[in-house]
Amino acid sequence: MFGSLDWSTLQQLWWFITTLVGSLFIFLTFVQGGQTLLSTLSLTEDEKILVVNSLGRKWELTFTTLVMFGGALFAAFPLFYATSFGGAYWVWILILFTFIIQAVSYEYRRKPNNFLGKGVYDAFLFINGSIGILLIGIAVGTFFTGSNFTLNDYNLVFWDHPLRGLEAAFSFFNLSFGLFLVFLARTLGALYLANNLGHETLVAKLKNSSFNNLLCALPFLLYVLINLILMDGYAVNPADGTVVLEANKYLHNLLQMPLNLILLLVGLILVVLGVVLNRFTASVRGIWLSGPGTVLTGLALFFLAGYNNTAFYPSKIDLNSSLTIYNASSSHYTLTVMTYVALLVPVVLGYISWTWRQMDSKKLTLEELAADKKSY
Amino acid sequence: MIEQIDLTMVNWARATFALTAMYHWIFVPLTLGLSFICAFFESIYVKTGDEQWKKLTRFWMTLFGINFAIGVATGIILEFEFGTNWSNYSWMVGDIFGAPLAIEGLAAFFLEATFFAVMFFGWNRVSKKAHLFATWMVAVGSNLSAVWILIANGWMQNPVGMKFNPDLARFEMTDFGALVFSPVAISHFVHVTSSAFLYASLFVVAVSSWYLLKKRHIQFAKRSLTVACTFGLLASLFVAYTGDEHAYHAANVQPMKLAAMEGLYDGEAPAGLVAAGLLNFSKKPGDDEDPFIFKVKIPMVLSLLANRDINSFVPGINDLVYGNTAENIMGVEEKMVRGKLAVAGLGDYKAAQNVGDQLAASKALTLFEKNSDYLGYGYLDSAEQAVPYVPLIFYSFRVMVGLGTFFIFLFAAYLYLLYKDQLEKQPLLLKLGAFSFFLGLVAHEAGWIVTEVGRQPWAIQDLLPVTIARSNLDAGTVEVTFFMFLILFTALLIAELKIMTKQISIGPEGD
Ligand code: HDD
Ligand code: HEM
Ligand code: HEM
Repeated sequence: MFGSLDWSTLQQLWWFITTLVGSLFIFLTFVQGGQTLLSTLSLTEDEKILVVNSLGRKWELTFTTLVMFGGALFAAFPLFYATSFGGAYWVWILILFTFIIQAVSYEYRRKPNNFLGKGVYDAFLFINGSIGILLIGIAVGTFFTGSNFTLNDYNLVFWDHPLRGLEAAFSFFNLSFGLFLVFLARTLGALYLANNLGHETLVAKLKNSSFNNLLCALPFLLYVLINLILMDGYAVNPADGTVVLEANKYLHNLLQMPLNLILLLVGLILVVLGVVLNRFTASVRGIWLSGPGTVLTGLALFFLAGYNNTAFYPSKIDLNSSLTIYNASSSHYTLTVMTYVALLVPVVLGYISWTWRQMDSKKLTLEELAADKKSY
Repeated sequence: MIEQIDLTMVNWARATFALTAMYHWIFVPLTLGLSFICAFFESIYVKTGDEQWKKLTRFWMTLFGINFAIGVATGIILEFEFGTNWSNYSWMVGDIFGAPLAIEGLAAFFLEATFFAVMFFGWNRVSKKAHLFATWMVAVGSNLSAVWILIANGWMQNPVGMKFNPDLARFEMTDFGALVFSPVAISHFVHVTSSAFLYASLFVVAVSSWYLLKKRHIQFAKRSLTVACTFGLLASLFVAYTGDEHAYHAANVQPMKLAAMEGLYDGEAPAGLVAAGLLNFSKKPGDDEDPFIFKVKIPMVLSLLANRDINSFVPGINDLVYGNTAENIMGVEEKMVRGKLAVAGLGDYKAAQNVGDQLAASKALTLFEKNSDYLGYGYLDSAEQAVPYVPLIFYSFRVMVGLGTFFIFLFAAYLYLLYKDQLEKQPLLLKLGAFSFFLGLVAHEAGWIVTEVGRQPWAIQDLLPVTIARSNLDAGTVEVTFFMFLILFTALLIAELKIMTKQISIGPEGD
């Protein structure tokens, strides 16, 4: 069935599947955003416990989605996996570090005799939510601004900067992208918690917080969007695969792929609407607008980077080493196999939403936590 | 393709992989086994409605959760470490190797992650039946993850189902079925999961024995022991059986590993098995020294184990390195000659293509293809390099097998005394049982050392040596990360141990 699709169709399909996982991950970083709220909102001890426990029921999902994103990239775009992880080494290692320390923190922070003390585990959660997300944003920013690598004749990567990827943080565009993601995660975190918790004063605080964090995110978002429209982009010549710098390439992409433009606008509007709903009405269900809005926005940005003959992982120093979804992908055979495997995606999404609904049909309250000695 | 090989970098990258994998492996087998044990306990609870069983389930689940968190923390590093430290590898075999890793995420990790939350927080939110279902799904999910990762690892031991694409300079998958149903991968999986069940049983034995020694939670401990020792005895018998299968496969696809496991330098027909021995550390391939200072050998058993035929020839390290025409074995020396032709052919092919010389390109390609089966050997500097470090493999193997035999007796003794209701009167046995959990860990890590060190110098058996598989990083960078991991993982391990022992001493009544 899928074997009869031609290679380029499969490559495009897989850019969609992989970036869908990536966009779902960005939505699920509401967990990380919530972790930073824990230390920046002034919360009482009870309120903190509620927040941690609510996030503690979802962190594994976010974490696994990140792992899945890595796995999907490895299987579908191995040259990207090799180039970026082996090249921009320090960025990825530091990101991984922030996730290692997150993974133990929920379980260990309030357990007796926990060696490092509750404060350290809470700091771990904060570092994961702030530095972790910032670095992820910086890494994704290089999809547009480019990196310092060359590939040799055997497609093996050589990185040309001693900071091994951290140099990407010196670009204001990449930094803005990172900060945008940090504040977006905080916005989503507040929205998610407001919907999940049964605690009036806390919910009121969270409703305000989502609005304030969106305000903080906006300048960075605008900076990113304006730059995207103005900047040169890395265009691929479809005839021979060579890469050239094209003025306003991303603007052209938006105009040549109107669906992409619509996706971006609808996504952003949904994000804003969700927040407005929470801030100015009695509803707490804004997350169900802003969440999907985030997924659409993420997809739109990834499409902008990869479709329409664009190099999604460009090299600044050797344009023709740049990665495109065509030269970085797996073979036709492997993509076909993986497409069959991807039929599982709806099943997985199905049982995740089923359990989510089962588990979250009642608001989480202090009474329930008090009755359960296993709470975080 | 790589101008100079930085051996220090390669060694730091190997050390980092060994470190992270061995830490991961402290926790993973416990997850694999304990998830099933929890599911057994909860099934009994749902069936009988007896609240005592629920208490028991929740106690073991608490310990499971503490272990799970750090298992996940150490796992994410491995997932990305192929890219960071072995990026040439990731490109050259990513087309094949990436697939099982991605499938692992989709088919297994999500199952675990989703139902984990229900299992821990759903007691009052979903029905009893739905909760039991969730617990089973966690067990199934974690063991499915073992399936896929071991298919990946099995493929590194015995690469099948692919061919080399000279234009892109990478291996490409041609037969997914061969990958998934590779006998090596299957024997890997059954041995690993059964040994994980054994390990988790030892954990329950250790905790329960400690309670019996302290005369606390007697009833609770005995109930747990009955389930765990039954499970453990079956698992340990199965481990021995599958271990034998495993060695048989190694003999077929990795004869050098088998020779190293046995310290066998000169092949024999029929070959005997060294039951115990003291190695001569100054023995080198090709010299006349006796490999053993002392040994106890059982005749013919190795031939039986390796080839299922008591009179068959089992090649030794010397046969494999220098060749043995009588037995029709091509030596590494000759393979290196062919491998160098393949490497040169590939280089000429690239060069000719760059200048657009089609004729020269096709000539070079023919040369390459004639010798491409030996490509990996072309990157070796000397034939002796193809020999892994024998003493480590030899002793690790004996430690594992010895312990495996011991565990069978341990579980049998426990079950017998439980049945006779005499267990509490055996403090010595209880102490041994409590200590055996640690021995289980030793057996596990020893097993992986046999597998992985025995594969050296190959990252992919015969095709890709570790010196080529690495990333183009300098040694210092990798060294720094090694110590970062060492410090962080050690701190987290200490935290885990302290929390775990505290929860054990609080006991099930604290629920
Ligand atoms: C409690 C742990 C444990 C115990 C008691 C045993 N094993 Fe094991 N063994 C493992 C845990 C393990 C492992 C850690 O799970 C390994 C490493 C890789 C693998 O596939 O399983 C392994 C590898 C491994 C290998 C390496 C094969 C290869 O990779 O090529 C062999 C030949 C055996 N085992 C054989 C045995 C035999 C004959 C045993 C007799 C009782 C035995 N093992 C007990
Ligand atoms: C979890 C249990 C495991 C342990 C304890 C373990 C142990 C080790 C050790 C000791 C080494 C270093 C060998 C040496 O250089 O002498 C190593 C290397 C390596 N292992 Fe494993 N391993 C485990 C699982 C795996 C799995 C499941 C895979 C693949 C999916 C894998 C892939 C590798 C790779 C790529 C290397 C580096 C290349 C090499 O040195 O061969 N390992 N591992
Ligand atoms: C080099 C090889 C390996 C890689 C890349 C790897 C990767 C990972 C990752 C990313 C996680 C976290 C998953 C999550 O988000 O929940 C994880 C956890 C886990 N892995 Fe590994 N793993 C390796 C070796 C193994 C082996 C050999 C097994 C089993 C045979 C195994 C079984 C598990 C299990 C059961 C978990 C669940 C949590 C726990 O460890 O307690 N892994 N692994």
